[in-house]
Amino acid sequence: MTAAPSRRDYSLIGRDAKLAVENGLSAAEWYHTDVSRKQMKELMQRSDGPAIRDTAIWIAALVVSGAGAAWFWGTWWCVPFFFVYGVLYGSSTDSRWHECGHGTAFRTQWMNDAVYQVACFMIMRNPVTWRWSHTRHHTDTIIVGRDPEISVMRPPDLVRAILGFVGVLDAWHAMSDMLRNAAGNISAAEKTFIPQQEQPRAIRVARIWTAIYAVTIALALYSGSFLPLMLVGLPRLYGAWHHVMVGLLQHGGLADNVTDHRLNSRTLYMNPVSRFIYWNMNYHVEHHMFPMVPYHALPKLHELIKHDLPAPTPSILAGYREMIPVFLRQLRNEDYFLKRELPPTARPYREEFHNDAVAAAAE
Amino acid sequence: MNDWVEACAAEEIDEEDVMRFDHGGRTFAIYRSPDDEFFATDGLCTHEKIHLADGLVMDDIIECPKHNGRFNYKTGAAKGAPACVNLKTYPVKVDAGKVLVQIG
Repeated sequence: MTAAPSRRDYSLIGRDAKLAVENGLSAAEWYHTDVSRKQMKELMQRSDGPAIRDTAIWIAALVVSGAGAAWFWGTWWCVPFFFVYGVLYGSSTDSRWHECGHGTAFRTQWMNDAVYQVACFMIMRNPVTWRWSHTRHHTDTIIVGRDPEISVMRPPDLVRAILGFVGVLDAWHAMSDMLRNAAGNISAAEKTFIPQQEQPRAIRVARIWTAIYAVTIALALYSGSFLPLMLVGLPRLYGAWHHVMVGLLQHGGLADNVTDHRLNSRTLYMNPVSRFIYWNMNYHVEHHMFPMVPYHALPKLHELIKHDLPAPTPSILAGYREMIPVFLRQLRNEDYFLKRELPPTARPYREEFHNDAVAAAAE
Repeated sequence: MNDWVEACAAEEIDEEDVMRFDHGGRTFAIYRSPDDEFFATDGLCTHEKIHLADGLVMDDIIECPKHNGRFNYKTGAAKGAPACVNLKTYPVKVDAGKVLVQIG
């Protein structure tokens, strides 16, 4: 399960970061499927309706499952309630954070901001830090040394990936970062993507969150019960599995250091419950190519441009069937990746940009 | 250098939309507001030099197509991260159905 040290330097202030800037991989021009301005304008249109409906369902389900879990606390009947509450708290907030961070979920900006702040707290991502890290993720998607959100590096650390399903390492790092930020410390890596004028805000949020967790822990100690922590904080661990399950599929096993989202991102079909939790981010090539399109319009965008994209992976299970063998092979050859085949109707990859990567895939 | 330059015909831009205009090696964005007024700004987002003409106009706001940074296109003011630096704006007038921009 372990491999030789990577030739890739994923540090944001390391060798590959400098190389990516020097060789033009950073802030590069990316491939886009042709879509007419008229069609794109229609797809980009914002609306409060779908996100208000979905947020009302989400909050109602959180309240009912949380109340049920508390009511049945101390009996086995609380388990299914915590199962639902955990996924809503520790997984669906991944997509709420994401979409509201883009500002596309609602037309009304304060609604995006409100859901963004709540979701960030639940998923334990500092709303300032992660807004800027995600900006970089879209500028330099899976560019080694530039993208701070590469979830599985090469060669893959499979133990770390598996631990992600119960959120242990993520929560540990999130808590460490929160306390460090609350102490007024912004790391060198964070300084590479958070503008200086935004850094005090990251510190302020970290201090507020530290206070909320301190009150929760105090409440647990005072009441002599784990229940407050089961409702605030711990769901990020026991409910993380769904967002990790679908999140690994976004880019896992695909190319790095390329400037075509068709090569480094995966679109797949999945069941409607997972799509509700994930807010349609299974259309991941489409999202990266056109991040202005709201989650509720992604299925329509997919229909419009699928002739130019690799065939979607048919299910979550199929995604793991194609991704896990790639991870295992990368333990021996970290340059290996899965090259997504394009349909005959697609414009070809610009191989001159991706020669090294393509050669590795053919290994 | 304060000449008025013809950018496009007024009818070429829909209401609540934006259009790219290149002139003299520079690129601009021309806007038509929902209340049928015209405005002009620099054409590239101040965050990462993306063409704003591919973005979305909502009321007084232009949203960058790459990272969703927001500007008030009437004043140039940056209104939402990752846009932090204001856009430069230019005077615009409509004459005989043509949109003219004063490029300083």
